[in-house]
Amino acid sequence: MKLSVNVCNIRLSNPTILASGILGTTKALLKRVAESGAGAVTIKSVSTEPREGHKNPTVITFDAGMLNAVGYSNPGVVAAAKEFASLQDVGVPVIASVIGTQKEDFVRVVAGLSGSEFSAIEIPLSCPHTPGFGLLAGQGTPQATFDITSAVRKATELPIFVKLSPNIPEICAVAKAAEDAGANAITAVNSMGPGMIINIEAQKPILSFKVGGVTGDALRPIAIRCVYDLYKAVKIPVIGVGGISTGRHAIEMIMAGASAVGIGTGVYYRGIEVFKRVCEEMTLWMEENGFDDVNKIRGVAHD
Amino acid sequence: MIEQPRMVKICDIWDESPSVKTFFFKFDLHFDPGQFVMVWIPLLDEKPFTISYIRNDLMGVSVLKRGMFTNALHNKKIGDMIGIRGPYGKGFGLQTNPDFCVVGGGIGMASLATVVDRLNDATIIQGARTASEILYQKRFKDMNLCTDDGTTGFKGTTVDLFRKLLTRRRFQKVYACGPEKMLYKVVELCRNHGIECEVSLDRYIKCGFGVCGQCDCSGQRVCVDGPVFNIKELSKMKDFGKVTILKTGARVVY
Repeated sequence: MKLSVNVCNIRLSNPTILASGILGTTKALLKRVAESGAGAVTIKSVSTEPREGHKNPTVITFDAGMLNAVGYSNPGVVAAAKEFASLQDVGVPVIASVIGTQKEDFVRVVAGLSGSEFSAIEIPLSCPHTPGFGLLAGQGTPQATFDITSAVRKATELPIFVKLSPNIPEICAVAKAAEDAGANAITAVNSMGPGMIINIEAQKPILSFKVGGVTGDALRPIAIRCVYDLYKAVKIPVIGVGGISTGRHAIEMIMAGASAVGIGTGVYYRGIEVFKRVCEEMTLWMEENGFDDVNKIRGVAHD
Repeated sequence: MIEQPRMVKICDIWDESPSVKTFFFKFDLHFDPGQFVMVWIPLLDEKPFTISYIRNDLMGVSVLKRGMFTNALHNKKIGDMIGIRGPYGKGFGLQTNPDFCVVGGGIGMASLATVVDRLNDATIIQGARTASEILYQKRFKDMNLCTDDGTTGFKGTTVDLFRKLLTRRRFQKVYACGPEKMLYKVVELCRNHGIECEVSLDRYIKCGFGVCGQCDCSGQRVCVDGPVFNIKELSKMKDFGKVTILKTGARVVY
């Protein structure tokens, strides 16, 4: 059974990738996720300066997923470069997630991480809950996406993944802007919303930032649709993220057109072992349905 | 386990020391000694606290007044509401047979109190800055006390007192909670004496259920893989006793 895939010339032993923002705070945790079966891992997003993020509660769950507004807490690029040194120890490709409030910040962070052995740079232009970043800074428009991606393109030779929001009706236009600016892959999608959960006894929103990005089961059908549309709209590979926690979900996402699948909230549903279990379940499904190579199911949902 | 805060009424408040109060509330979920809950004050913040009392259908958390959040909690009155979610984490592995000792430093004693409740004939070592900060004086008899200023018990550290006790006592198992430098030394002593040991660690906690990565200690998530770790697990955790992680994710040396 062949589970290995190739994304922008990065070889993944299987199509599962740890999505950014989950467990990617330290190299030790990345290594643990790799040992738990992930084909690649993504670090928690890094900005130029250290950020404390929002106050708690920052992450809560509900019956159809998770709501988070962590607020991009991270130690800043200098400390991150130290933390994520000698990345070959991790054992699988490591993707750097880079954020900024303006395009110059992205370039500075990419430069600051250039001494580390990252396999790709991901730029999420789509966070729905952090002032100054992503959607709240207007980075999700085709023009802003083009400008930031172009600036990062000049700053690195590594593959660039542009991570998009599911909220935007013209997601394909944004993806094309990224492709035109030299992006090598689209990561679809970031969390949706923002949403809100109110504790009715407290009579107040639970998250300290009041609103947060929605992930998990609630996001999956939307993520599948986005990937399905993007697969036809752009020539570069699409990494499908959103609500994947089982092998069947992963197969579904690949049928929509994904070259690889990101897993985040799945860690909540099924523990760190989710990566291994998704791969086992994919293998089983493929055996039962007469497939010997995961690459042969990519995009089969299309006419 | 519940993962959205449930609002509960504070039904009792005890002064344990000038800087520590215990807040009691009704919360009818199963709880293992060493597990923790997240306490939420709406619009303010949310922090982890170990359960320090189980009294009939009441649970209690002992809170040291230390920062903005704990100050706000100390200002709460009986009848006020707080949010609780949990319990979270892996608690202490309790065995009924061995001769065991609990070693608590400062507010760390709160984490060990329910261990003492569950097991009979505990040898208790408790250290505090000064006599008035010793916790649970009426609750536990015959504690081996030490203070930094010598106002009660042995003048010196918990580690010194533990070391002294080891010259005349033999323990099969030690449970410890307190400042991590202290825990590091307790674990070292236990290793040298061939004593089983479990300690409860403190890290900045966000989600509480193992997804955010904030509470990492050498690849272990303190919120779900811990907060209690045994000597074997600790021997693989290079950050133990040496490095903690700030709210930003920055690593700092103790």
